[in-house]
Amino acid sequence: MKFLKFLIVGIIFGIILVKSEAVSWYRIYEMFRFESFHMYGIIGSAIATGVILLLVSKKLRLKNIEGDLMSVPDKEKGFTRYILGGTLFGLGWALSGACPGPMYILVGTGVFTMLIPILAAIFGTYLYGVVKDKLPH
Amino acid sequence: MEYILQPWPWYVSGPLLAIIMFTLVYFGKTFGMSSNLRTLCAIAGAGKKSDFFDFDWKSQKWNLVVVLGAVIGGVIAHFLLSNPVDIDLNPVTVESLTELGFENAGKSLLPAELFNWEAAFSPKGLSILIIGGLLIGFGTRYAGGCTSGHAITGLSSLQLPSLIAVVGFFLGGLIMIHLLFPIIFN
Repeated sequence: MKFLKFLIVGIIFGIILVKSEAVSWYRIYEMFRFESFHMYGIIGSAIATGVILLLVSKKLRLKNIEGDLMSVPDKEKGFTRYILGGTLFGLGWALSGACPGPMYILVGTGVFTMLIPILAAIFGTYLYGVVKDKLPH
Repeated sequence: MEYILQPWPWYVSGPLLAIIMFTLVYFGKTFGMSSNLRTLCAIAGAGKKSDFFDFDWKSQKWNLVVVLGAVIGGVIAHFLLSNPVDIDLNPVTVESLTELGFENAGKSLLPAELFNWEAAFSPKGLSILIIGGLLIGFGTRYAGGCTSGHAITGLSSLQLPSLIAVVGFFLGGLIMIHLLFPIIFN
């Protein structure tokens, strides 16, 4: 039963992304051509709202469900891994028109061929795990 | 109810996404949709091939449940909460897509030219889907996150590594759309 809250969050997340059309290959294409504000509005207002929510929770020292201070873990410091990994992901994001969340959501909307990129993504992650020690981070 | 059935504007969707992120932080977790790729590899036994996958995947079950929820959310939103309506794409966008061979842009969520069964199993179509997936799977783990983890969570928590990652996302996307699409879809 402790997993129910996570299921509900996931369901709402899936609904938001479909209703906002953020799962649409066409919207991602349009975004990278700067031919609409829509996707920038979604991401920008999400960040603006997120900044405010997190700053307020820090100021008010709000606690999370486990009784600790609400916090986001620090990302590892670095540069190369972020710029290289990010670029590779960006190439795939634009080609498939979807990032991982939308890939799963789209299966829910009935696009079963999206299972191909999903399986390929799992394999891509596996490849990373195998070669990562040879890569600059 | 009418408003729910129409496409949602950005100023509703964006803040709602932030609330999703905040809710997961409240649950003592984070908002990230690519770590499940690593978890799935671990479940499949990849821990024997690389210590990157040698971790207690059961601690990530909550995240797999979120993914399951997202799939269900897709079902609900698409089949129950939507009036069929074309995506309000910029006409210039539609025009450029027609030139690349994509007809009926915006009349569905995704182009049939890439995602219907015939295309998906054609040599070129299959390659595109596989390469796209490989780039996503490899790139997100290398960068340690995707749009949810870096663009939304990372930037909302004002973290420089996430800004670098997002710059990378855009670099990759722009290269693909502006330099590679004309070659791939000529």
